[in-house]
Amino acid sequence: MDKVCITLNVNGDRYELAVDPWRTLVEVLRDDLNLTGTKIGCQTGDCGACTVLIDGKSVASCMMLAVAADNKNIATIEGLSTGQDELHPIQEAFVEQGAIQCGYCTPGMVLSTKYLLDQNPDPTETEIRQALSGNLCRCTGYHRIVKAVEAVAVKMRADGKGE
Amino acid sequence: MSLPKFTYCEPKTLEEAALKLAEYDGRARIVAGGTDLLLGMRRGIAKPEVVISLARIAGANAIVASATELRIGAMATLAEVAQHPLVQQHFPALACAAAVTGTVQIRNMGTVVGNICNASPSADTATPLLIYDAKMIVVAPGGERTVALAEFFRGPGKTALTQGELVKEIVLKLPSGTTRSNYQKLSPRSKVDIAIVGVSALLAFSETGAIRRARIAIGSVAPVPKRALEAENMLEGCQLTPEVIAAVAAVAAKEAAPITDMRASEDYRRSMVAVLTRRALQQNQREQQ
Ligand SMILES: Cc1cc2nc3c(=O)[nH]c(=O)nc-3n(C[C@H](O)[C@H](O)[C@H](O)COP(=O)(O)OP(=O)(O)OC[C@H]3O[C@@H](n4cnc5c(N)ncnc54)[C@H](O)[C@@H]3O)c2cc1C
Ligand code: FES
Ligand code: FES
Repeated sequence: MDKVCITLNVNGDRYELAVDPWRTLVEVLRDDLNLTGTKIGCQTGDCGACTVLIDGKSVASCMMLAVAADNKNIATIEGLSTGQDELHPIQEAFVEQGAIQCGYCTPGMVLSTKYLLDQNPDPTETEIRQALSGNLCRCTGYHRIVKAVEAVAVKMRADGKGE
Repeated sequence: MSLPKFTYCEPKTLEEAALKLAEYDGRARIVAGGTDLLLGMRRGIAKPEVVISLARIAGANAIVASATELRIGAMATLAEVAQHPLVQQHFPALACAAAVTGTVQIRNMGTVVGNICNASPSADTATPLLIYDAKMIVVAPGGERTVALAEFFRGPGKTALTQGELVKEIVLKLPSGTTRSNYQKLSPRSKVDIAIVGVSALLAFSETGAIRRARIAIGSVAPVPKRALEAENMLEGCQLTPEVIAAVAAVAAKEAAPITDMRASEDYRRSMVAVLTRRALQQNQREQQ
């Protein structure tokens, strides 16, 4: 059973790897690339802890073979903020609104929020809740997460950078 | 908890994929979005020696329309189908079902063809495709054949596909005249969860407002998603009245053969077939007026 040679473009960095075909994307991100910001929860596609963006679209990286991500652009939580010590506005809003407790769901929540705002910069509360319905949180009760998304949507529209 | 081991291949054409499938007779599986297959492998239900990906087949994710029909390729995702303007315009029940299948992430990965080939009785896109008389274009090493969707489901997890066969695309005939259709889903965790009951209904109206053609399909209430043929027959030639709707809904419920499981009881499912059938017909009627 041969390994497969793949190229992953993660947060703008290019990695050439030989991987076992049965390994999932989240396993390769965490174990081979040491990008442990992406979390593993259920491993059955339900919780969203492993959410990453592939060519701009949110996916559950526990349900995707790493070989299926060959040559794609992958965005993980590590690549979201541009500067060394800065946070992305979405991350900032989560901190400010108290939308983080243990933080295990947060990388996935933040990436699902990014995917939502990329498509819809001015979402209603219902649209926010629907957009995050594939991300489970055991701690916050969701209210503050929704508030954080509302706040950052306003801020990003005001700043005029819909990214 | 890693997945069981397998060999992986990415054929460039459907014919090549069919040849591989035939070569490994029963020991190979196709992977599209992988959201069912990976789950099955994790649970030890699916143990393929070879996994054949459709990812490198050019054009496999296309959704294309001609003057008379719409074709949905094997790699077209649930999200792409849900958001496609022609699907929304002509096949609203399918657009709606694809938009409420799984979560945002699952819809960005999973395909409509995969949803059908997985052949779950609760597959969300099955009842919409049944009311649109969908045809499956099946490729084998020797050539192509067409299978009506109503003939495609053979039992939970079982399809009409035989050795070396895979689905190339789904073909839908564009509706002519005035037709109305919609999908009704009942599930415990808002829309994210698997359907307890799913009902799709299509009505084609004549100029007088009488029903020219009717289709009702019910999901999660029998070993396969299926049409409620008796209920359909009652509607043809009728004007929709509250009495007709109630009678048809009751017959649709009789045509269901549900089971009790962790999500709902047999009785509840049967009652809900009547409720969802009524809602589907009422919505068709409202949109017609
Ligand atoms: C968290 C979660 C939630 C879900 N929620 C729902 C839901 O609400 N409703 C619902 O209906 N489903 C749901 N599903 C199931 C699944 O996501 C869908 O059935 C999806 O559409 C499957 O598509 P796929 O491309 O991922 O299929 P895959 O896993 O790639 O394939 C599914 C099956 O079909 C076969 N196959 C795929 N393509 C072909 C082809 N072209 N020819 C022949 N065989 C083929 C595969 O071998 C496999 O057996 C859910 C799954 C998860 C993980
Ligand atoms: S770990 Fe991937 S969805 Fe839960
Ligand atoms: S903050 Fe703990 S799971 Fe969400």
